[in-house]
Amino acid sequence: MIRFDEVSVTYTDATTPALSGLNLRIAEGELCLIVGPTGSGKTTLLRAINGLVPHFSGGTMHGRVTVAGRDTATHPPRELADLVGFVAQDPMSGFVTDTVEDELAYGMECLGLPQATMRRRVEETLDLLGIAELRDRPLLTLSGGQRQRVAIGSVLTTHPAILVLDEPTSALDPGSAEEVLAAIQRLVHDLGVTVVLAEHRLERVIQYADSVVVLPGAGQPARIGNPSEMMIDAPVAPPVVQLGRMAHWAPLPLSVRDARRAATPLRERLTKTSNARTLVPARISGMNPLLDLNSATAAYGDVVALNAVNLTVCPGEIVALMGRNGAGKSTLLSTAVGLKPTAAGEVRLGDRDPTELRGRALISRVGLVPQDPVDLMCADSVQEECRSADRDAGVTTGTTQGILTRLIGPLDSSMHPRDLSEGQRLSLALAIILAASPPLILLDEPTRGLDYSAKSRLVETLQDLAGRGHAVVLATHDVELVAELATRVVVLAGGEVVADGPTADVVVTSPMFAPQVAKILAPLPFLTVADVARAIA
Amino acid sequence: MSGQRIAVPVGRRRVSAQPRWLHPGSWWLWALGLATAASRTTNPLLLALIIAVAGVVVAARRPNAPWARSYSSFLRLGLFIIAFRVLFGALFGASMGSTVLITLPSAALPAWAEGVRLGGDVTLETLVLAAYEGLRLATMLACLGAANSLASPSRLLKSLPGALYEAGIAVVVTLTFAPQVVADVSRVQTARRLRGRPDRGVRAIAGAAMPVFEGGLERAITLAAAMDSRGYGRRDSSLTRTRHLGSAFVLSGLVGICIGIYGLLDADTPAWLGLPIAALGVALGGVGLHLAGRHVTRTRYRPDVWALPEWLVAISGLVPAAALIYASAQGLISLDPSVVPLVWPALPVVPTLAILVALAPAIIAPPLPRSATIDVRTTVDVPTTIDDSPPVLVAPDDAIPLAGVR
Repeated sequence: MIRFDEVSVTYTDATTPALSGLNLRIAEGELCLIVGPTGSGKTTLLRAINGLVPHFSGGTMHGRVTVAGRDTATHPPRELADLVGFVAQDPMSGFVTDTVEDELAYGMECLGLPQATMRRRVEETLDLLGIAELRDRPLLTLSGGQRQRVAIGSVLTTHPAILVLDEPTSALDPGSAEEVLAAIQRLVHDLGVTVVLAEHRLERVIQYADSVVVLPGAGQPARIGNPSEMMIDAPVAPPVVQLGRMAHWAPLPLSVRDARRAATPLRERLTKTSNARTLVPARISGMNPLLDLNSATAAYGDVVALNAVNLTVCPGEIVALMGRNGAGKSTLLSTAVGLKPTAAGEVRLGDRDPTELRGRALISRVGLVPQDPVDLMCADSVQEECRSADRDAGVTTGTTQGILTRLIGPLDSSMHPRDLSEGQRLSLALAIILAASPPLILLDEPTRGLDYSAKSRLVETLQDLAGRGHAVVLATHDVELVAELATRVVVLAGGEVVADGPTADVVVTSPMFAPQVAKILAPLPFLTVADVARAIA
Repeated sequence: MSGQRIAVPVGRRRVSAQPRWLHPGSWWLWALGLATAASRTTNPLLLALIIAVAGVVVAARRPNAPWARSYSSFLRLGLFIIAFRVLFGALFGASMGSTVLITLPSAALPAWAEGVRLGGDVTLETLVLAAYEGLRLATMLACLGAANSLASPSRLLKSLPGALYEAGIAVVVTLTFAPQVVADVSRVQTARRLRGRPDRGVRAIAGAAMPVFEGGLERAITLAAAMDSRGYGRRDSSLTRTRHLGSAFVLSGLVGICIGIYGLLDADTPAWLGLPIAALGVALGGVGLHLAGRHVTRTRYRPDVWALPEWLVAISGLVPAAALIYASAQGLISLDPSVVPLVWPALPVVPTLAILVALAPAIIAPPLPRSATIDVRTTVDVPTTIDDSPPVLVAPDDAIPLAGVR
């Protein structure tokens, strides 16, 4: 269905090719997963399938890509629109119209399908993806999971034989991600659509894949094959695979279910050693809290985003805020830095009200890394960005640069912040925030778009900070990150705290927030592969 | 909204029985009709009546969408214009009448600037005239705001003929960009505060400009890629000549329509520059669009129908326009109440009745589909007052049970 013959892509101004000498065959009806670290060319590969590379991106492409017999060199994306449905990383940025129904019809209108067909297909697609009740809703009012399903629906209505998805679940909470994946599953199984997708959160998708393309990056050749074979030595692996590799399970299990069946001996062994995770005391008593929310309530218009929330954060704690999209996590962070005034209740940053703080008084007490770290950046090079952070914080020149180098090693400091990879951007944002060394550090969805190695670096950094007496609060959907990092988990729903306790207590029994290792080894309270490794060592 | 329940009493459902979207074109015709009527008078009573009529119809037939809350913003803009106009009248307006309210220090201007006043006596008559004129402009704006609330401009653009569709999409995209840029600006300003920089004032805005611009550019490129991937711009290339001929017709037609509308709205231009030129423009444009549309392969999903309610709504807006154009052509004095001497304006009977005709859409326009009226966030009935809460971008929660959390 899709053939890549000796494909190499080099973007203008790039010194190394984004893809080199790629040979690939993807058969009809397959769900093919592209894995690889950041910068290994996953997005380039996806965009080459519908001709966006090279028609839209520029650069030079060697070799040949054919999709159902059409050569993408002679067919621009619009001539492939009837064949390939492409959903980019941020679905909102690709919406052309303003309501769900119109968005679903847009592609068909462009292809000139007759009206009767359009009516029928819109209805079918609404049902297929379970979004019928959203039909007349303005796209702006949809939640993340709903947007992603509408985006998939909007390309499905043209009945493409191939669906290309770039990180479809990265921004979603676990529940919404499952909805989207269930919809994709149904397309592959019932309609025989060929799906090619890239995803950093392998733990969510690997079990559904029929084939895996590993792009190791750094000029090494790509490999394609059966998922359980490819995952044996893939550079990125979800916890279930890491556990399987450690326990030498063969064949390598990819789903929690398979792993549980293979894990019986391991569970018995662990029960005997009973060396389960000794919990870090979540609260260090006697310390003054850095952040104190006292029945804080905040609302947007008549929507209550936070409802009488009580929360105290002490030095040395790493608190994870969890809950579905729109549960009030970001609002909580905004009230903590004084961006969102409370309608009732009280927020204290140490002894001050954050809404009154400005300038250095604010940044020396609290630092927030927003969902999109680029928002924090305003200079046109990393170097200039670091210098301005030094000036903002009133510290000696070079401080921020030093922090940045400690975080990710040397970085070409003449680069534009927008050209950095997600992981590098996050590190830069963190370095900017840390320049003023605030005792309280807040992060909003820090792992969006991070690969496993960038994530483990982030974990180390944050643990180091907590060890030095900083408190960290992060809002996240990433259950694996929470398992590794957090000392305490606060679950929000509808603006209220529904659970607050040590990580193991909160997540182990939750079907939505339990990490894979906990699911495999339940009822034993192990959360991460490292925990298990420690226990059997 | 509780409005339409009052508007459709049981047993009298004739034209408006089926809930559906009214053709956006008919709402815009209705609103432009009211605006034209407003342009022909400075009588504050008539103008206030027009604003009220538009407000009632908006309250009764406004969908619950982010763009539908714009009526009150337009009203506020109108207030600003009146204040601005009065201030200018006080400072620079030609002095009329004799009721001096206050005497400002005046500057003597050179001879070539004769006729321009700066400071000096400020008379009540000058201020009243300025307020009347400001109110007229504010009323016309309110009519546009009403149209904007009742039918979003992007829905109107969607009913454009095939040949104009692509241009229309470009405009729609631009329109959706504007609110996004506003959101971007606030995001960047937030981020500036997080970095300990001033988040208000000129320097803050200057500092935000570059990141916002870069973000906008990035999004434009993403959107263009998405549109291309979905088939935007596919066409049948065999009919290029017809297309060019069509374009020429369309262009000259547009020029005609512009001149015609100017003639209609501006009371001082000769009559032949109004309707006849506009009609000629429409005809030329129609031919051009037909020619140019022949090469377009795209189709339309659920085009808005134009049926009896559309005719009635459009006519109900055009009645006041016609009545006031006629009345002003006849030189009806009460349309422009005298300010020297200052008298309380009278309410002329025929124009008043004609304006009241424009209330009809509150009843004859079909009610909105249910889904468009229930608030997506709450199911609480919204009162029929015009609320101006900003569009809320907080999405309602996906229905995922949070099971098992202790």
